Amino acid sequence: MKNRKHIVICEDAKTRITINRKWCKGCEICVEFCPQKTLLMEGDKAVVRDIASCNRCMLCELRCPDFAIEVSEGTGR
Amino acid sequence: MTEQRETRRIRFIQGNEACAEGALYAGCRFFAGYPITPSSEIAEVLGEKLPRLGGRFIQMEDEIAAMAAVIGASLAGVKSLTATSGPGFSLKQENIGYACITEVPCVIVNVQRGGPSTGLPTGPAQADILQTRWGTHGDHPIIVVTPSTVAEMFTETVRAFNLSEKFRTPVVVLADEIVGHMREKLVVPATGEIEILGRAKPACDPSEYRPYDVSRGDVPPMANFGEGYRFHVTGLSHDATGFPTSDAATVHADQVRMTRKIYGRLEEIEKSEETETGDAEILLVAIGSTARSARSAVRLARERGLRAGLFRPITLWPFPDARVRDLAKKALAVVVPEMNLGQLALEVERVAHCDVPITGVHSAGGEAISPAQILAAVEKAVVR
Amino acid sequence: MGFDYMKYLREEKMPHIWCPGCGHGIVMKALIRAIDKAGLDQDRVVVVSGIGCVSRMPGYLDFNTLHTTHGRALAFATGVKMADPTLHVIAVMGDGDAVAIGGNHFIHTCRRNIGITTVVANNSIYGMTGGQRSPTTPLGDNTSTTVYGNADPPFDISALAVAAGASYVARTTTYHAQQIERLIVSGFENRGFSLIEVIGPCFVAHGRRNRARYKSNLDMYREEKETAINVTATKGKPQSELMGKVTIGVLHHAPMPEFTDEYQKVIEKATHVRTI
Repeated sequence: MKNRKHIVICEDAKTRITINRKWCKGCEICVEFCPQKTLLMEGDKAVVRDIASCNRCMLCELRCPDFAIEVSEGTGR
Repeated sequence: MTEQRETRRIRFIQGNEACAEGALYAGCRFFAGYPITPSSEIAEVLGEKLPRLGGRFIQMEDEIAAMAAVIGASLAGVKSLTATSGPGFSLKQENIGYACITEVPCVIVNVQRGGPSTGLPTGPAQADILQTRWGTHGDHPIIVVTPSTVAEMFTETVRAFNLSEKFRTPVVVLADEIVGHMREKLVVPATGEIEILGRAKPACDPSEYRPYDVSRGDVPPMANFGEGYRFHVTGLSHDATGFPTSDAATVHADQVRMTRKIYGRLEEIEKSEETETGDAEILLVAIGSTARSARSAVRLARERGLRAGLFRPITLWPFPDARVRDLAKKALAVVVPEMNLGQLALEVERVAHCDVPITGVHSAGGEAISPAQILAAVEKAVVR
Repeated sequence: MGFDYMKYLREEKMPHIWCPGCGHGIVMKALIRAIDKAGLDQDRVVVVSGIGCVSRMPGYLDFNTLHTTHGRALAFATGVKMADPTLHVIAVMGDGDAVAIGGNHFIHTCRRNIGITTVVANNSIYGMTGGQRSPTTPLGDNTSTTVYGNADPPFDISALAVAAGASYVARTTTYHAQQIERLIVSGFENRGFSLIEVIGPCFVAHGRRNRARYKSNLDMYREEKETAINVTATKGKPQSELMGKVTIGVLHHAPMPEFTDEYQKVIEKATHVRTI
């Protein structure tokens, strides 16, 4: 994909959360079932509320039916 | 592993057995079927002989599954066959349509018995003529061949496989109970005596492959599953990439192309036999076992000074419009004997444009039509 | 680096057609991860489906993919596997596809133990056609064809597979996403037919018609979480305590000879007969 403006990356030293806003359908599964309440809905898209709270359990990624949210190790940038 | 034979063999066998032998000769290495009279011998012979050649045989849970398995096996690159009769042929229609739209080569044998429904399981009929052409829904081309002898059960099955591979299409071998169960001499050709065709393979890099790329002709080259091409096959209307589309222009053009790929190359598909048609005033048109009686009727008519001749389509679909039209034009009357209430006659009427009186000779009760019955119709046609 | 889903997705076909909150995407993701974990050669994987919402899955997956006719996925898959037993054949179906129109193929493929890993995404409804009752719709539920409540009893797909002789039967829900992946991987390891039933939601065509239970798709996921009980936790529990529960985990594993292996013996026997 040439235009990557819809890819939103939120990152700290430990965690990197990538949200594809074009693919996110706003189902709220990731927000509802996040054990750390790291995410929240902003309009009809999921966004990161507090990156530091994420423990990288991966449940948001595994339960996202739309391949719209991914969690990986932070690169420290 | 293939059965290599350097010499011809002479055998005295049943039509259904000859069909099975023809399939093996053509390189068929997978059969899926379901028991049904009067075609079961084809399954029985292949159940025994396929594994000897490293091929595989499976008796599926129903006729629908057998047709599906045949298409699946062909996609994995193996020439595949199923055989059935009317009730099973009706069940298979759904997946025959799938093979048509996905352009997967395969061969279906229908040894006709009386119908509709369970009908006459052991009685012959020729009442699936129109079903072979239009049995599955939607516009679609299909090739149908109709053997009339045990020898043709062999050669036409071989030709059916060749046509299916060459044109990427399902091909039906439309036999009848009489041809399927009669025993006659069969000269099994030596290996190589009949040319065996395979499907055109893509020459491009897998990343460039489009499964319905018709830029070089109406029959797209076909990769097999597992070879690295990783393509998509769907029964939804699709474009050259194989993925679904509902774009009206694309779908229409593809339907036209699929019909053209068969109807645009009739000279490679049509096959027929003519007996005394050169000066025929009374034209007989017949297929399968009925054509055998019709040939005798021609002889009997000639002995009585009547100029009768027989046209026998061996490729039934596409119907040989042009030749039937020419012959009908020269004739004073046309007689169409068939084991049904008038199906082949509809096609003859269509192409003859009502220029000539057409009489049918019918038998729908599971009995063969005799030469005497046909002769009587010929004599009556002359008086008229 | 995270997991590289794009290696297995036909990216240009995404985003997929499934509705917001639909569980089919979760199943697809778990399948991709399981294939990766099992290390299957992408060129040697064939994914076969029938007709229905989840049967659109192969279109998004970068393998050899076959979207067939309604209910017939396992019959097509059987042909593929018979033609080349070295291929990894995976079938994906919905509940209507697998056990209504395809019920006959389903029980016979279980019985035959042919090497096809089968994932049934069971959302208890015909979603694509607009929410008609399926063979797994609960009694009493409102659907577009049961407007006074469903009177037609449902199938237990996993129990059906066990009864039909399947060698590996596992069940979970879309809420238990990690478990889907694990169960598919162990399904790959079973030589023969493996069934992984994944119970999932269809809020748009099923939940919305049963508002007393479901205000949103999230209520359907919550229900999956609350009603699920792991098979290991059911041991010794009286039937009364298991009422209304959905048992998840590996429900049945009884290895038996795989069909194409057995057919290879037929080939050897037939070849031998010929030479003596």
